[in-house]
Amino acid sequence: MAIFSVYVVNKAGGLIYQYDNYVPRAEAEKTFSYPLDLVLKIHDEKVVVSFGQRDGIRGTVSCQQVNVKAYKMYIVITGNMSWLELKCCIVYVLYLLLTLCTHTSINLVGHALLSINGVDVNGKFTADGKEIIEYLKDSTNYPVSIRFGRARLSSNEKLMLASMFHSLFAIGSQLSPEVGSSGIEMLETDMFKLHCFQTLTGIKFIVLADPRQSGIDALLRKIYEIYSDFALKNPFYSLEMPIRCELFDQNLKGALEIAEKAANFGPGS
Amino acid sequence: MSRQSNRTTDSKKMNAELFTLTYGALVTQLCKDYENDEEVNKQLDKMGYNIGVRLIEDFLARSSVGRCQDFRETADVIAKVAFKMYLGITPSVTNWSPAGDEFSLILESNPLVDFVELPDNHSSLVYSNLLCGVLRGALEMVQMAVEVKFSQDTLRGDNVTEIRMKFIKRMEENLPAGDEVHSRICVPC
Repeated sequence: MAIFSVYVVNKAGGLIYQYDNYVPRAEAEKTFSYPLDLVLKIHDEKVVVSFGQRDGIRGTVSCQQVNVKAYKMYIVITGNMSWLELKCCIVYVLYLLLTLCTHTSINLVGHALLSINGVDVNGKFTADGKEIIEYLKDSTNYPVSIRFGRARLSSNEKLMLASMFHSLFAIGSQLSPEVGSSGIEMLETDMFKLHCFQTLTGIKFIVLADPRQSGIDALLRKIYEIYSDFALKNPFYSLEMPIRCELFDQNLKGALEIAEKAANFGPGS
Repeated sequence: MSRQSNRTTDSKKMNAELFTLTYGALVTQLCKDYENDEEVNKQLDKMGYNIGVRLIEDFLARSSVGRCQDFRETADVIAKVAFKMYLGITPSVTNWSPAGDEFSLILESNPLVDFVELPDNHSSLVYSNLLCGVLRGALEMVQMAVEVKFSQDTLRGDNVTEIRMKFIKRMEENLPAGDEVHSRICVPC
């Protein structure tokens, strides 16, 4: 039972805080000799495996095309769409949302190259600044030990996904057949549940957790308290800005630990 | 001073007199700096506003009060829950205007002004103006624009302290999604 991550989104839809508590990673590290039997390509400033599956390292199909379409559909959303078009948009965008949590069972997404010979890579360059694809074409660099795994979301991607969720949250209340419905409170997949709590002032606290994890409502209220204490009562923190408060981090980690152990938040904790 | 997270709802007891002294030091320093009562009143209101926008989240987090349906409910919550929680007093809500958009909070005692007397050269100073700013800032964060002022003050010779609150408008453009029936879909760029 685990809590994967916490996101805090401000009134305007901007991500002001993000914390990854537990990131389940499927990784494989292997030693390769020349020539490399995997086909690599650059995608989104990362080196990913485009073709070839061996020993747990997965290749991709054209899910990137689906992602691009979803981005384009998203930009086209206006107020005058028919319900059918709107629902199609939502399906595409929800697909994208699944990448919010790094633990997903979509087999299509290719593994990214994470490190060479134990040193983490920097996008499409090695730590020394050489281009990875060129480096791996040179037989003198072999044998080489490469680690592949699910690529972590960059902070820009997280920012984008958070503002997308902010809009979806609003759409959620629009779609409601009843008047005065709230926005999206829970999003459930087979691998994780996303819980969202919006305060009366418009701040959203989002927690991604294991589907079997209970007590997330209490955790969301607790995170609200921690925010009102350690972020707001810090006079040097400006409202709506990214939260960079040590005490907030520490207390949030403590609250997540308590929630994972399924203990109750006592009056003094 | 760093705080450990052992905070009960009772709160660490702090000497109320230290609070009164702190507020008094603040006001006298402002008077020395600005030398003009109106300016000091404005500054106190601004400071109160900054406190209010932060205090509202603490209030909502701890009191689990939902959204108020009308101004009367708001008045009750302010008087019976908020003032009790933060200042330990419960003012009474009176003098409703016929349209129901203005009311008065009558404070029997005001913790900010224990031991305080206003000298003659500061006759237009509204000593507790911070409270007006706090109320204004807090309500603005829950999308209510109000005007708050002191209409009676024991420091100026009246019998009671009276805060007059007037509802200006509901700020629809800032309403969070799901709280308003006719909100528009917002599209981030």
